[in-house]
Amino acid sequence: MSTSDHQASPPRLALPELLIGVGLLACAGAVAWQTLAIPVSPLYSKVGPTVFPYITMAGMILLSLLLILAAMRGGWQPDEEKETPTDWKAMGLVAAGLVANLVLIQPLGFTAASVIMFVLVCFGFGSRHPLRDALLGLVLALAAYFGFAKALGVNIGAGLIENQLNALIGAMLGGKGG
Amino acid sequence: MDTLSHLAHGFAVAFTPTNLLWCLVGTTLGTAIGVLPGLGPALTIALLLPITYQVAPEASFILFAGIYYGAMYGGSTTSILLNTPGESATIVTALEGNRMARSGRGGAALATSAIGSFVAGTLGTLGVAFLAPTVVKYALKFGPAEYFSLMVLAFITVSAVLGSSSVRGLTSLFLGFVVGMIGVDLQTGQPRFTFGTAELLDGVDVIIVAVGLFAVGETLYMASRRYAGKDEIVPLKGSLYMTAAEWARSWKPWLRGAAIGFPIGAMPAGGAEIPTFLSYAIEKKLSRHKEEFGTVGAIEGVAGPEAANNASAAGVLVPMLTLGLPTSATAAIMLSAFQSYGINPGPLLLTTQANLVWGLIASLFIANVILVVLNLPLIGLWVRLLKIPAPQLYAGILVFATVGTYGISQSPIDLAILYLLGAAGFLMRRFDFPTAPVIIGMILGPLAETQFRRAMTIENGDWTVFFRHPLSLTLLTLAFIGLVGPHIWAWIEHRRRRGPEHVPGDA
Repeated sequence: MSTSDHQASPPRLALPELLIGVGLLACAGAVAWQTLAIPVSPLYSKVGPTVFPYITMAGMILLSLLLILAAMRGGWQPDEEKETPTDWKAMGLVAAGLVANLVLIQPLGFTAASVIMFVLVCFGFGSRHPLRDALLGLVLALAAYFGFAKALGVNIGAGLIENQLNALIGAMLGGKGG
Repeated sequence: MDTLSHLAHGFAVAFTPTNLLWCLVGTTLGTAIGVLPGLGPALTIALLLPITYQVAPEASFILFAGIYYGAMYGGSTTSILLNTPGESATIVTALEGNRMARSGRGGAALATSAIGSFVAGTLGTLGVAFLAPTVVKYALKFGPAEYFSLMVLAFITVSAVLGSSSVRGLTSLFLGFVVGMIGVDLQTGQPRFTFGTAELLDGVDVIIVAVGLFAVGETLYMASRRYAGKDEIVPLKGSLYMTAAEWARSWKPWLRGAAIGFPIGAMPAGGAEIPTFLSYAIEKKLSRHKEEFGTVGAIEGVAGPEAANNASAAGVLVPMLTLGLPTSATAAIMLSAFQSYGINPGPLLLTTQANLVWGLIASLFIANVILVVLNLPLIGLWVRLLKIPAPQLYAGILVFATVGTYGISQSPIDLAILYLLGAAGFLMRRFDFPTAPVIIGMILGPLAETQFRRAMTIENGDWTVFFRHPLSLTLLTLAFIGLVGPHIWAWIEHRRRRGPEHVPGDA
């Protein structure tokens, strides 16, 4: 419910909102740069591949200016959002989990990387049982790997754990390994 | 009747054992993800998109439709018992439903919402079956100029008219355009917005965008808000069966809700928020138990909006199946599933893919029956699902997000893009930018561009074509009114009252 409420005090510059507006302006700049890089054949000059990018760029510039204007008039954040402090520690741990997954998924395989991410994210959200979470993460990652990936025919990077299990399943089926 | 024979044929398709099984899987999964906060139908269908490489189109669309309908049913359970709307369309249900649960009438609230969803869902699906062939008749006369103008109208309504701010909605839409343009331009073969990298030549997969915005962004947001108040689950008290008085108070709101929801959903504007708020306002006005609204909870305030929500969800399928025009994030992702089969949704879909369309519509009737069974006698199961603690729930969502993304091409670059989009999704959530227009812009933007260029090519680059065709001009005028009308209206109101302006409800 972000209503621009009647302001008794003179409006103040809202820094986070200003940064968002400037960021969007930078995005529009990137769009302009990439649009200029599109080679245009004179054959298509009227309705070529750059018409829409230019329209998009113009729209983004206009919108970012409007956002910057709104930021200078005090921003648009709802009060409840402003009053709740950001839990940087929890966010940091979740982000750490994501980065760990990104870095480890190729060397360790999907399951192991997922378990590490699972434990870090749980810890970030306030769980204090890393061992239990690790076990739960393992079960879930294996369920995701075998149930989801295999059923959908999606090929997921296998690591040590997956290869062992695939070999085991292959041996049990007594034939070709998965 | 033509429609009836088509429908009979559709039931023959839907009643095959495999398709029934897909319907059951979809509705069960849909209810589960509707109940779980942080998961929605758009995200779930995006994660399941790879299934389109495995099974027949009928099977996957029956599955997706089951998820789509199921999430509407499941979302109301969460709204009533937890007061955290699982879906944006069930915000209104939480208003009265949660109050009813707190005053010990949770059972009746769940019953009226499930049965109301069934009634309205069935009426809405009938509406799809009978309206779709009519729309097709008109749509066949559309040229590229009309299509483009219609898409402009849809862009304006989904981003600027609905939601709390037209500037922020349009910003989301334009970001979607940019993402949609990444990759090789299909008409000239020129790479666009690839920053010179080979990885971006194929474009950004809609799975990555949906998962990044909805799963990763949502998880980061929830982590950042851990200081905010916790919601408690209201224990389910009272019988699940409504008394005669409750039936008497429910059936009219159901029908009114369906009558409001379906037409609004079927318009190229879409969105379930407006019909639910509208239905709530009407029921509050008409009710003989006004004192219950906002205090102990009025059953009309649950029955009406729930019916409106489900009927509008059905209505959204009309522009989607007849014009190829998605008006919600979920519909946009379903459109990309059509594209993955090489099917172009549009006026010809009903004739060229009769099996698919009518099988899908028939399966929606079956889904409604399954869902009312799943959501009333088996409600205890879903309540247990609500008790999954947040740490493990969100960590689990991220594991599945990784599977879905990494599975596309086993490239860590995809994961990096996913997490960047997740960061963007967090900022959007934090600063009140709607995320659905990004998905719609990304899917519909390239289609609008194609129609635009087609129209321009036909007319030799004369852009006045969009204003010379009467229908195209009408659509563009409507879009313009939608864009500036509310601002002029707010300005007039502001001048008249010289008080603070109020925007009714953001969504």
